Amino acid sequence: MHAYTEKIREAAQRLLAEKKVDGVIGFRMGTIPMMSEPVFIRHADQVNQLVWNGFCGVNLANYLVKRKDRVAIVAKGCDSRNIVLQLQENQIRRDQMVILGAPCQGMVDRRKVWTFLKGRDPLQATEDGASLRVSGRDFDEVLDRQAFLQDNCRICTHRNPVIYDELLGDPVPEQTGVDRYEDVRRVEAMGFEERWRYFEDLIASCIRCYACRNACPMCYCPTCFVDESRPQWVGKTLDPTDTRTFHLLRAFHMAGRCTDCGACERACPMAIPVRQFTKKLEKDIKELYGYEAGVVPEGRPPLDTYRPDDPQDFIK
Amino acid sequence: MLTIFVPKEKLPEMIGRIMDGARVFAPVKEGDGYRFRLLDRPDKADLTYQNTRLSPKELIHPPAEAMFSYSLKKGDPKEGILEEIPKALGKRVVWGIRPCDAKAFQLVDINFITDQYVDPWWQKRRQATVLVGLGCGKPCSTCFCTSVGTGPFDRSALDVLMTELAEGYVLEAVTEAGEALLAEAPEGTPASASVLAEAQAVAEQAEKSLPRLFVPEPLKEKPMTELFQAAFWDEVQFACINCGTCTFLCPTCWCFDIQDEVHQQEGVRLRLWDSCMFPLFTLHGSGHNPRNQKLQRVRQRFMHKFKYYVDKYGNGPACVGCGRCVQYCPVNIDIRRVAGMMTASCVCPT
Repeated sequence: MHAYTEKIREAAQRLLAEKKVDGVIGFRMGTIPMMSEPVFIRHADQVNQLVWNGFCGVNLANYLVKRKDRVAIVAKGCDSRNIVLQLQENQIRRDQMVILGAPCQGMVDRRKVWTFLKGRDPLQATEDGASLRVSGRDFDEVLDRQAFLQDNCRICTHRNPVIYDELLGDPVPEQTGVDRYEDVRRVEAMGFEERWRYFEDLIASCIRCYACRNACPMCYCPTCFVDESRPQWVGKTLDPTDTRTFHLLRAFHMAGRCTDCGACERACPMAIPVRQFTKKLEKDIKELYGYEAGVVPEGRPPLDTYRPDDPQDFIK
Repeated sequence: MLTIFVPKEKLPEMIGRIMDGARVFAPVKEGDGYRFRLLDRPDKADLTYQNTRLSPKELIHPPAEAMFSYSLKKGDPKEGILEEIPKALGKRVVWGIRPCDAKAFQLVDINFITDQYVDPWWQKRRQATVLVGLGCGKPCSTCFCTSVGTGPFDRSALDVLMTELAEGYVLEAVTEAGEALLAEAPEGTPASASVLAEAQAVAEQAEKSLPRLFVPEPLKEKPMTELFQAAFWDEVQFACINCGTCTFLCPTCWCFDIQDEVHQQEGVRLRLWDSCMFPLFTLHGSGHNPRNQKLQRVRQRFMHKFKYYVDKYGNGPACVGCGRCVQYCPVNIDIRRVAGMMTASCVCPT
């Protein structure tokens, strides 16, 4: 996977030199272990900042919305699906982008590593094929990388970019036999009271920082419903009613649009598994319409389509 | 001042005794993280923590607080009168607070308790709170307290400083309130010279492990407009997603919003944490927003901490180096790096 680094730099150098793009959206080395920072490279002499590793979990499609310039963007499978959605939703034009597709082996969840380390402070993390080496002042651990991936990566079935101009490496085998909805079924099996309690407990520690919303490439409303102030739509307190309203409305706004890229969950400073809100909707769209968001650029998404011959009465 | 040694197994007893006379808050494990919580049992305090995810500022400055209630009912004698909602302002002890987080209270005092204005609840809670600090024997890799004028064993904002040794804790009174807490503590014994030397060594070792990463002092001399217009803000801001993680986790970010919530004829006036990262934070009634660009908002956070606060109060910077924003920023915007850029752009007086 690290081989991509050279290819990204080469592509960035070439595209900037040929003036095909105004800048390149990629990652640079982070300042702390298991983090890479999104970066915008404007000049050919900066391309050596660009890197690729298993810590590039941020969904870069988030930086595309309503851009006016021409950019190259490094896109994992999930990022590419969000690009497709943004194209469908007219947030950016295809001719503005050179998509550098990154077949992906999944991104490391640093929280899982923290949990494993039980308070020991990681100072360095490196990857070597299937292993993840994490070391600190008085320890050196070699871990099975697969076991420390983000939850959404472990069940991902679109690791290869679905849309791209250049591919940074050979396509990776897609995961097969993955049960994507084991957790959703568990929630579905709960009784009403238990299910309510489950979601109430989930958001009990929410601090309303909106990191989940802001990390999402599909949350781009000019004014979010929680920021409507004249009149105000949603209370700003930490009362469960207010917090719940935010989370439920955010989730419903994602219906048929969520790619389960995990950006929301990854961003939450309180470690709330916020994907639990969107996954049920994603499952419903798959079951009811046989549709996966952002996989096929052609055609319209099911919840974005009006058909005069809709079989259900409510629309008539 | 009074310094005692308390064996580890006696500490819950001591906390329990103090719980009889005050509400005691301490770091409590919740899931994979820690948070300051009101103790109902002394053994819930977990002093093995490195730092809490949310800073203890929530104890003095709650994220959402109902300040007043009022009635809009015609003819109600209380119609249109703001009535203060009773708050728990009685004696409290925060047990095991890190010296950096305590220092943050002092920095915020300067803003909330001025000659002109006093925030009554901040002041009352501060006055009612005794801070028992826990020195940082093993600072995190994201800590940079020594770069911003505090340190892992900084006593200056504490009432008591605790140092953990293998067998127990050295508790050193720093203020009279701290001395009162330690006086007549049957759980402890006067600290021996060897114990004191051991504690001293732990503190020195910790301080040595935290070299200064940048020197903020010259920022005072730098013209504000030069920093404001610096070219590096464009680079700094790119990754930012304008969430409130950094500001909400920060022990020195104090900004709040005031809102009224009315249900039928009854209303409450609330004070709620707000964040300069949010566009709504600066939206004027006219519809104009002086900080409608991400760059402006990102710059504001750093300029406030390292320049505006410093210029306005002749103190600071308004950062204690706890490293929470470094650790939890979803896109790895690192305040240490930004402070480095701000100070490097300084023409430092020699």
